[in-house]
This record gives sequence, structure tokens and C-alpha cells, in this order.
Amino acid sequence: MSKATLQRRPLVKKILEGADDNLLVIAGLGSSNWDITEAGDRPLNMPLWGAMGAPVSMGLGLALAQPAKRVLVITGDADLMMSLGSLATVATQQPENLAIVVLDNERFGETGNQASHTSPRNNGPTDSGAGADLAMIAKGCGIADVGTVRDASEVADLVKAARTKKGPVFRLVKVMVEKLEFVMPPQDGAHLKDRFRQALLGHP
Amino acid sequence: MNAETSADWRDEIFEVLQTHDIKQVYHVPDAGHSRLIDHCQRSNSIRTVPLTTEEEGIALAAGAWLGGQRSALLMQSSGVGNTINMMGLTKTLRFPFLTLITMRGEWGEFNSWQFPMGQGTPKVLEAMGVLVYSVDKASDVKATVDAAARAAFNGGQSVAVLLRQKLIGIKDFGKKTAK
Repeated sequence: MSKATLQRRPLVKKILEGADDNLLVIAGLGSSNWDITEAGDRPLNMPLWGAMGAPVSMGLGLALAQPAKRVLVITGDADLMMSLGSLATVATQQPENLAIVVLDNERFGETGNQASHTSPRNNGPTDSGAGADLAMIAKGCGIADVGTVRDASEVADLVKAARTKKGPVFRLVKVMVEKLEFVMPPQDGAHLKDRFRQALLGHP
Repeated sequence: MNAETSADWRDEIFEVLQTHDIKQVYHVPDAGHSRLIDHCQRSNSIRTVPLTTEEEGIALAAGAWLGGQRSALLMQSSGVGNTINMMGLTKTLRFPFLTLITMRGEWGEFNSWQFPMGQGTPKVLEAMGVLVYSVDKASDVKATVDAAARAAFNGGQSVAVLLRQKLIGIKDFGKKTAK
């Protein structure tokens, strides 16, 4: 069982505190979507309800299109595991305005908390993973500024890394396995896209 | 087909992309698109992003559109299969999407491994709600890509242009079979 002590909801709330028009947020499907929504639904949030594996690439396209804005991708370990190559693609572009925060609970949270590949290898027969280290993978893909956050004392630095530090920044955050309420934003993708563009560009 | 003719339509595609204010171009390196990719890489107005797999390109295009930029995804027919689930994003978010696809596994193909996805390409694109344009004559390329870009960026559609193998030319590598 994971020894993580950080709780994802208060953590995400801290990361997004005081979010203004300079901050563009993309969240992966499932828990990360509910996390940013509990922190406060806003037009410049793009919470995904599907498209597993999309957030990092979507964040990159947005970061390249809007170099003067901060782009923050918040997603889970299993979502990122589906698109590891996108980290190498980020590294080819070195976007200074992009931060990626991965909330790693070592579980497929939406489907019954099965072990993900970031779970240790030697758990029980039904909950063993590979011990995959996403921070090491990000580093190996060519993102220089990576780190792993495990302790409450490191959260202030995490917030700075996510919000203001020169990118590309990658932070892996080990979080607890928790049963949390679904806090849902609008589901219509075209609406989410249109309100985002309206807020950012002044037209849908 | 002579080399001069084949050079012309590739240059024309680049002109069309510029005319339509395409700012980001994504690709997995591809022999059929190599001249166009080279143009994009040398361009000051286009950001060229190499992908590890084609599905990244769909998500990148969504992100670029969220940020107010137009993009295009260049891929080979074999790459289309890698994008199917992600292609749904173009319908769910309803954003304009343009992809130019060099075909393999059809006209005079030498490699049997290219046939399944090559033959499946138009069908899976249509199954995902993508409009499929097709061109096999060099003289039709410019107008077809231009029409596709208009349907995408003016009409809000998801559009693919198939650059047929008949247009690109038969690839044989000039290799001998192992004895």
C-alpha cells in the first residue's frame, strides 16, 4: 500500500489559489478533473472527461500558441503512462511557460483503484505494479527540471514550480488513495472549448 | 511522374498552409511528406513539432485551437490507426482539424505490411466522422488542400486529405530480397 500522506484536493486548491487570467489549466480525465473543479470551476480551466493520454500534448499545443500565458497541466499517473512519448515531444520544444503536475496515487482511480504501473512490484497478487518512476521517465525524455514531492513541507515549492518557475517543469506528487466526492464541471466539450476561447481570445 | 512535377505539388501544399495561417505543424517523419516537412521546419511563421506517435497530434491541435492557433497534422496512412480514439476529440470539442495523409498500401505497394492500415484508412476516418478528400493527380493537389482547409477552418469540420500512392509514386527502396 502506498505510504503517501498528501491529499490531492487541498493540494490542488493550493496550486490554483488566486488563479487569474494568466493561468490556463488543463486537467486529465477522472480525479484530476474533479480536483480542479472543486478548487473552483472557471472558463480558463479545460477539464477533460475522456481522451486519456491527451493532457500533456494539449498543454503543449496551448503553451506554444500562448507563450505569454502560464499553462498548467494537472493529471494522474495512469493518464500520463498512456502517453509517455508526449514528454519527449515537450522536450523537443522546451516551452518556458509549461508546467506538468502529476498526481500519482499508484492507482487507476476511476475503475476501482486497481494498481497502476507506478505501484511497487511486490504488493499482493492483485495490486502489484512495475514501480515505474514517472519523474525519472520525464528526466530521461529530456525535461531537465523534474522533481518528486512527498511531504507537506515541499508544497510551497511545488506551488511556485507549477505557477511561476521557468518551464518546462515536471513535478510528480505522491498522493493518498482516497474515496472522494465527484465534483463535476460542465460536460459538453464544445461548451468547455468555447468558454475557454471566449475568456482567452474574446471570441469562441 | 517526373521529379519536377512531384516537387511542385509539395511546394504548393506549403503555400496553402501559409495562406490559411497555419501556425503549428505536427508530424512523424515520413518520406512522402519529407519535402513539405523540410519547408515547415525552415519557416519562420510555422512551429514544427515532431511527434512520437500520431495521436499526440490530435491533442496538440486541440490545445493550439484553445490558444487561438490553426494547425495541421501530417501523417502516413499507417499512422491513422494510432489516432482513432483521440480523433473523437475533434467531434467532442467540435474544433477545426486538418490532416494531410500520404497513402501506402495501395497503388503498386511492395510491402505487404502496409496494406491492412492503408486499405482501412478511409473507412476508419469516415467512421470517426472525418470528411475524407482524396487526390491522385498533381494538378489537383493545391485546390484540394485549399478546399479541405476551408472546410476545416471556415466550416468547423474535421477534414483529411488522402494523398494517394498514385500521386506520390511507387516506393521500392531498390532493395533485393534476402536469399
